[in-house]
Amino acid sequence: MIDERPDDPPGDAGDAPGTPGPAQLARMRWSDHRVEQIIGRLLQLGVLAAATVVILGGVPLLLRHGGDVADFHRFRAEPSALRTVGGILHGAVALDPRAVVQLGLLLLIATPVARVALTLVAFLLQRDRLYVAITAFVLVLLLYGLLGGHS
Amino acid sequence: MTVLTLALLVALGSFGAGLLGALTGLGGGIVVVPMLTLVFHVDLRYAIGASLVSVIATSSGAAAAYVREGYTNVRIGIFLEVATTVGALIGAALAGLIPTSALAILFGLVLLYTAYRSFQSREEHGVSDAPHPWAIRLRLSSSYPTPAGMQPYTVQGVPGGFGLMFVAGVLSALLGIGSGVIKVLAMDRTMKLPFKVSTTTSNFMIGVTAAASAGVYLHRGYIEPALAFPVMLGVLAGALLGARILAIANTRWLRMLFTVVVVVLAAEMLYKGATGGL
Repeated sequence: MIDERPDDPPGDAGDAPGTPGPAQLARMRWSDHRVEQIIGRLLQLGVLAAATVVILGGVPLLLRHGGDVADFHRFRAEPSALRTVGGILHGAVALDPRAVVQLGLLLLIATPVARVALTLVAFLLQRDRLYVAITAFVLVLLLYGLLGGHS
Repeated sequence: MTVLTLALLVALGSFGAGLLGALTGLGGGIVVVPMLTLVFHVDLRYAIGASLVSVIATSSGAAAAYVREGYTNVRIGIFLEVATTVGALIGAALAGLIPTSALAILFGLVLLYTAYRSFQSREEHGVSDAPHPWAIRLRLSSSYPTPAGMQPYTVQGVPGGFGLMFVAGVLSALLGIGSGVIKVLAMDRTMKLPFKVSTTTSNFMIGVTAAASAGVYLHRGYIEPALAFPVMLGVLAGALLGARILAIANTRWLRMLFTVVVVVLAAEMLYKGATGGL
């Protein structure tokens, strides 16, 4: 899954010069470069999965509602079934095309959030306290937006 | 117009936006909202919801490649995401309170600024300058690949860059854009990062910034599946094709074309904002 490059670029922050000790070797397993490879793969998979789900919902949506008159110039908030994580999951299980599309879009919005969560794990394993704190703060804000922002 | 006709036309327009955005490096997200509101008469809230979703898709798709090439500075990205995320949540909270006409004028001004920036040549900075004290504390300095091998760089102007990132976050949420132009301004001009590091780290951050407000807007009912679906797939397909043909495309001519499109949309947005027609 992960491309291991033999020519790992030197100068990653956190790697002191000289012969690495045991603790440092553990940290190097999660070197910045390796984390970058994993993050890149995660982003790719997230977008691919989201686009697939959106297509799986979008085609039936157009087959079923394609003939309806499009009326998007007036704003009516989406029904609550398409606004909450629980409602979307419920509708998607029942194979409602609109809910399946919404599930794909939810996966897409969750992809950068998962990226930040993965970065947090990497900083935890690197025992980089400062960046653990910074990343955790960003993650809490994102989760608030995704799960809690009902205002 | 039926849902099917609208979806096909919107997908086509979004494809063009994604293609031009990728080929010019200016991002297609900035033209999606004007296209939806001015051409298809979509409500601004639905347009912002659909645009943010497409911004996440292109940012994450492109970031996947850049991150693995080693240009992106993950530490700078996550540190500045504190500012963009706070900005985006504040922007999302303000969005419902600001009249549509004011948002249209703000959008017009941001479009004009984007057009202005697209004409400016970039300058390379000296890499040996002493770093800002915060940059040392936060260990922001790193190195990036160049034809001559790994090139180290230092980071300047951290507080100024952080402040600009907050503005980028607010604008991203208010207007449904990636704010890439302002992010690059913060990193390239204020923090004096190498241009390639600025653009790729900006792109890396755009997904997180957009996800912050997109989550809030999903709960508020701004994300309409029948509209967001053709926008997301269209912009994504256009951006992917753009990245493929970048090497053979005449980017100078395309940049001119894109700038003209942006200026026309800016004028229209300013006019609609001033006359209250949006």
